[in-house]
Amino acid sequence: MSVTEATDLSPFTHRHSDGTASMEFAVEGINCGGCIGRIEKSLKQLSGIDDARLNFTNRRLTIAWTDPRFDPSQAVETLARMGYRAHPFRQRDSEEHEAQEAQRLLRYLAVAGFAAMNIMLLSVSVWSGNVTDITPETRDLFHWLSAAIALPAAAYAGQPFFRSALSALRTRQVNMDVPISLGILLALGMSLVETANHAEHAYFDSAVMLIFFLLCGRYLDQAMRRRTRAVAGNLAALKAEFAHRLLDSGEIVRIPASAVHVNDRLLIRPGERIPADGVVVGGQSHVDESLVTGETAPRKAEAGAALYAGSINLAGAITLRVTAGGHDTLLDEIDRLLDKAVKDKSRHVQLADRAARYYAPVVHTAAAATFAGWMLAGQSAHDAIIAAISVLIITCPCALALAIPAVQVVAAGTLFRSGIFLNAGSAIERLAGVDTIVFDKTGTLTLPEPCIVNAADIDPVLLDHAARLALSSRHPLAGVLARHRGQREPFPEVAEEPGQGIRAALEGVEMRLGSAAFCAVTMPQELLSRNPGASLIAFRHGEREAVFVIHQALRPDAADTVRALAAQGIGLSILSGDRAAAVAPVARDLGISDWQAGLNPAEKVAVVRDLKARGRHVLMVGDGINDAPSLASADVSMSPITAADMSQAQADAVFVGDRLDPVLRTILMARKARRLMRENLWLAAVYNTIAVPIAMAGLVTPLIAAAAMSGSSLLVTLNALRARTARQRNASGAERAAATEFAT
Amino acid sequence: MSVLVYLVPIALGLGLTGLLAFLWSLRAGQYDDLDGAAIRILDDDDLGDSNRA
Repeated sequence: MSVTEATDLSPFTHRHSDGTASMEFAVEGINCGGCIGRIEKSLKQLSGIDDARLNFTNRRLTIAWTDPRFDPSQAVETLARMGYRAHPFRQRDSEEHEAQEAQRLLRYLAVAGFAAMNIMLLSVSVWSGNVTDITPETRDLFHWLSAAIALPAAAYAGQPFFRSALSALRTRQVNMDVPISLGILLALGMSLVETANHAEHAYFDSAVMLIFFLLCGRYLDQAMRRRTRAVAGNLAALKAEFAHRLLDSGEIVRIPASAVHVNDRLLIRPGERIPADGVVVGGQSHVDESLVTGETAPRKAEAGAALYAGSINLAGAITLRVTAGGHDTLLDEIDRLLDKAVKDKSRHVQLADRAARYYAPVVHTAAAATFAGWMLAGQSAHDAIIAAISVLIITCPCALALAIPAVQVVAAGTLFRSGIFLNAGSAIERLAGVDTIVFDKTGTLTLPEPCIVNAADIDPVLLDHAARLALSSRHPLAGVLARHRGQREPFPEVAEEPGQGIRAALEGVEMRLGSAAFCAVTMPQELLSRNPGASLIAFRHGEREAVFVIHQALRPDAADTVRALAAQGIGLSILSGDRAAAVAPVARDLGISDWQAGLNPAEKVAVVRDLKARGRHVLMVGDGINDAPSLASADVSMSPITAADMSQAQADAVFVGDRLDPVLRTILMARKARRLMRENLWLAAVYNTIAVPIAMAGLVTPLIAAAAMSGSSLLVTLNALRARTARQRNASGAERAAATEFAT
Repeated sequence: MSVLVYLVPIALGLGLTGLLAFLWSLRAGQYDDLDGAAIRILDDDDLGDSNRA
């Protein structure tokens, strides 16, 4: 693919009503603050551009222009000359939605904070006045002022809780927001009545402070999700594929894969990914469908063969007629399937909701008991109601509502920094409960690309020559060799001997690449026995010779990680779509006795379902499109970053790097987080067992309520911060570098 | 107690000003790029040469 080829960027351009146009890019290669100035300054020198602004937080660049002659690909080229790679970027709906949600929560938070501070100002005056010389008139004035601030503020900032409580009640369920909303409403209502009766105590400050604390928890939770989404969005842009469309005139234009339509004719060159499902109408080649089926052996593709989006064209150029383009590909089908599975998953009852289930009845019974007790003791109905409501206020699950999100945010943040991105906070709980892990083989236990196992043993000059020669071959193994060295320029005058290999002359000396016989190289037996299942390719240059061992290598730490997982008492198995002959050695090397090969996606799902039916909590780790349904049906799922877009975007966690130990680290962190969550719930329970009797005795003043509420919230937040101190288990330098590249 | 007549409105007004300032800054995108802002302040390319130390 040549760099100068014109790309049609119009699908990514936003046209605004005032005649201006803008476009966003995800930019790769930004690693220091100086990049901001360099990028913006050189882009602003382009003629026709109005503005260029780089967002350093999420590595996105926005350019704006009005001049219709301006071509945004100039910006891409300018950046490329400076060493940055810019990928046109279109914000996904989900991400835009999250951004709006974040803004809204911040507005709620600001209003609640403002109200809480000002009411506290009035409340402190009243509290100190009550023990000195405040007049009842002034106190009433202050209470009315508090009411004037608290009521609109609560109506506005309390919306997230009221809405969620309402929707829970509509489905006849109780979540944490029900007691929260009830507590807020009762506190406000009682305070209003008390104020009207010129009473000494009003609880406006408690109600608003409660909203403020709870919103803090919500915002943190949401911020974590948004950060993960932003990374995922950039990665999607980095991986975004382009297609080459053949026009009727015979011209070729480069278009974004998302702009492919049915019946388009696409030219697919060797090494390119197939952007849409289609039928081959010209040329022949081999395709690697490992991402689609898990099968690692290439499949032959000739005229009439149906190909799936996501496969890689290995050998010759082919022409494809698109049968399902843009929004109708296999990938999108899987996406829908996953969406459905995600909805199913939300049926998992979270710890917080389980706590709410016990919590609400207990608290409400306690309040009722308080009321009954005071009535029986011969007090007035007014005093009995006040005591009962103060029980509800003091038990309002401030700490309880912070207990879990605070831990989730801290744990997810710690994982984020080591290159593991969680898609949902609730995944932590499900990960902590895992007792069985099902691995896919290709691309999950093994590295995503086959590689030359013995590259280090071979003279680099010889390797370079072989790789350059390999460029001219259509054989898939040669493709691996060529990609390994990133060679661009083939040798002139290469002759191909079908079924044997290729040869060319360099400075008068003949080079041959191909089978051992063709190159007159004797295959070293020890190479074969050391790498069973590997493919060998021979090379001769004059007197010098080499044998390359090409193998789908295991991730470097796979064996250690598997051992460590087994030591944690976790059951392990491999489900692969690949041939038994390819799976057996991997299973043997890793010491996993429970493996199955040659499974299609439906069979994988069946195995996972069966495990679940036997009461196991299954973590599925997979990357392929064929894994997507089983990823979805497992209790929780993880994908490497190289996974198919659709699987990855919906997986509960995505990890970067060549190592497998993120799986182990995630589980250990999840278990630690769950322990902290439970501790937090116990802390909240202890707080309640102390506070409730005080409230039932009718001794709670607004001052005690405020102190108790802030104190307990602070306590659970501090406890949650302990998740940060998790030991980093042998994170390799390379992995940390990879993580920072994506995460900073 | 007549002091309250102006002290309370002033207190509330100050709080409200802070709130409005925050809402404005939120809308103006001041929080969109927190990491970038920390770096941009060190960039002095907008100054003429004569202004540089």
